[in-house]
Amino acid sequence: MLEVMTRATSPIPLDVAFRVAPGELLALVGHSGSGKTTLLRSIAGLWHPQQGRIVVNGTPWLDTASGLDLPTYRRRVGYVFQSYALFPHMTALGNVMAAMDAADGDEAQRLLALMGLGGLARRRPADLSGGQQQRVAIARALARRPEVLLLDEPFSAVDRATREALHGEIIGLRQHLAMPVVLVTHDVNEAQLLADRMVVIKEGHVVQEGTTAEVMSDAAALRAMGLREVAAMLPAIVGEYQADGLTRLDTPSGSLFLPEIDAAPGTALRVRIMAHEVILSRSRPEGLSAQTILEGTVARIMPGAGPGVLVHVAVGEHEILARITRRAAAQMALEPGQPVHAILKTMSVARDHVAPARTR
Amino acid sequence: MDWTALWLSMRLAGWTVVILLPVSILLGRFLAYRQFRGKGVAEALVMLPLVLPPTVLGFYLLVAFGRNSPVGDLWQNLFGHQLVFTFQGLLLASVIFNLPFAIQPAQRGFEAVSKELRDAASCCGMSPARKLWRVELPLAWPGVLTAMVLTFAHTLGEFGIVLMVGGSIPGETKTIAIAIYDRVQGFDDQGAATMSAVLVAISLSTIALTFWLSARMGRRLS
Repeated sequence: MLEVMTRATSPIPLDVAFRVAPGELLALVGHSGSGKTTLLRSIAGLWHPQQGRIVVNGTPWLDTASGLDLPTYRRRVGYVFQSYALFPHMTALGNVMAAMDAADGDEAQRLLALMGLGGLARRRPADLSGGQQQRVAIARALARRPEVLLLDEPFSAVDRATREALHGEIIGLRQHLAMPVVLVTHDVNEAQLLADRMVVIKEGHVVQEGTTAEVMSDAAALRAMGLREVAAMLPAIVGEYQADGLTRLDTPSGSLFLPEIDAAPGTALRVRIMAHEVILSRSRPEGLSAQTILEGTVARIMPGAGPGVLVHVAVGEHEILARITRRAAAQMALEPGQPVHAILKTMSVARDHVAPARTR
Repeated sequence: MDWTALWLSMRLAGWTVVILLPVSILLGRFLAYRQFRGKGVAEALVMLPLVLPPTVLGFYLLVAFGRNSPVGDLWQNLFGHQLVFTFQGLLLASVIFNLPFAIQPAQRGFEAVSKELRDAASCCGMSPARKLWRVELPLAWPGVLTAMVLTFAHTLGEFGIVLMVGGSIPGETKTIAIAIYDRVQGFDDQGAATMSAVLVAISLSTIALTFWLSARMGRRLS
């Protein structure tokens, strides 16, 4: 269990408290300058808040009230930096061993193999791609046997295809991670794909904390993240590959057609559906180019500050979100409980908005 | 050829490097990583010997080391002989006038090791000493090496301060640079030419060695 409370007035105002359970992945989401990285740094002891208390598995690392402040090297943290921060004069294996209490080559090899880098142990960071360097950095963070794993925008320096692969690997790695994990990101997609819970931070304060679904139904949190980021996560199973290049995904409330997905039939996935891409219709439309039509019922309608409303549509046990205009909602006379069809263009789901389902 | 003077110069340069190596690492690192009030003043003080005329610095050192000065008195009480016009006095002066050459390149070397890399080392559980040894020094050492080579070469060549603080006592304070001057004064152009050529050869090989080491290091790192 990780318990964090920090307060500071300078250089940035900060007043945040949160807890992360063992094995849980918490995402700190906010724009740059919101203080999320500063929070992560204070957990590692790289930054010192004026007031704070950080307790890990019952042991305080920081307690300004009693003057306790463990130096970074005595805190068991795994820290993955945005720009990898690998030691350039050491090999991949050397980097991993550098984080061990007693150098253990076999264990370091095992960690590199876990990250899919078994054959690259002797390479130096300069001879590795960005994605490979970040995998080494993750292996190095795990080699520390951390009580807390901290990920600081770890995928923002790599290209999109690599990011997609790394997302999949983090999801796969989760079953090996028994410690609390804190992910800092400005990418709401990343937070939704990877995190169990989100803490939305704005100007050093918590706007909203909760599961993805809870955060997505909070107007203030949505404003803090940006309305264009509003999206729902829908679980789906890979159905079949079709001759024209589309993949059919099965959900309890209908089929979802997406461009070719890189996963075997039967694989459980999570698909992020952006609220501003969803069209609603009272009757089942015909003669439409959009391939995906899901049936659901209106759960609730949240008015926004501007001309828009956010409609929560219950499809099976889950919800998808549609951001439509207040005018459209009035013309359709939408009300909670009504049956409605949610229409989605195949091409509106980006490749990196699809990720394997989480195993835990 | 005055072998005694050459040997004295080499000894002086060698000891200066030995003393300044830890100073260059600790002070260079300190100035590179710490922000504190008066840092600009500290950096300016370190650079001062570079811009002061050697005779001026030599004069102040002579006054500071001489009889009736606190440093001179302390030395007299501790070792029973005076500090000026001795090898030890010359070495102390050499350490002081080499400070800019020893610290500045080392500071640049340490500055090249990014904050993030140093933070990563701490997060890997490395104590400050271990971090210095495993991460900072291996990455900053081209700067430290440059500092030591400059110190060595500069000590061989220094003239004004050596003459002021050391005088020209054969075997004690008469360095090769001063010996060359003496030969020219005594119309022994041949001797001066030989010694100058030897000094050129030593300086050239020192610098060649540094370049070779840095290039090897560069290849290892890139």
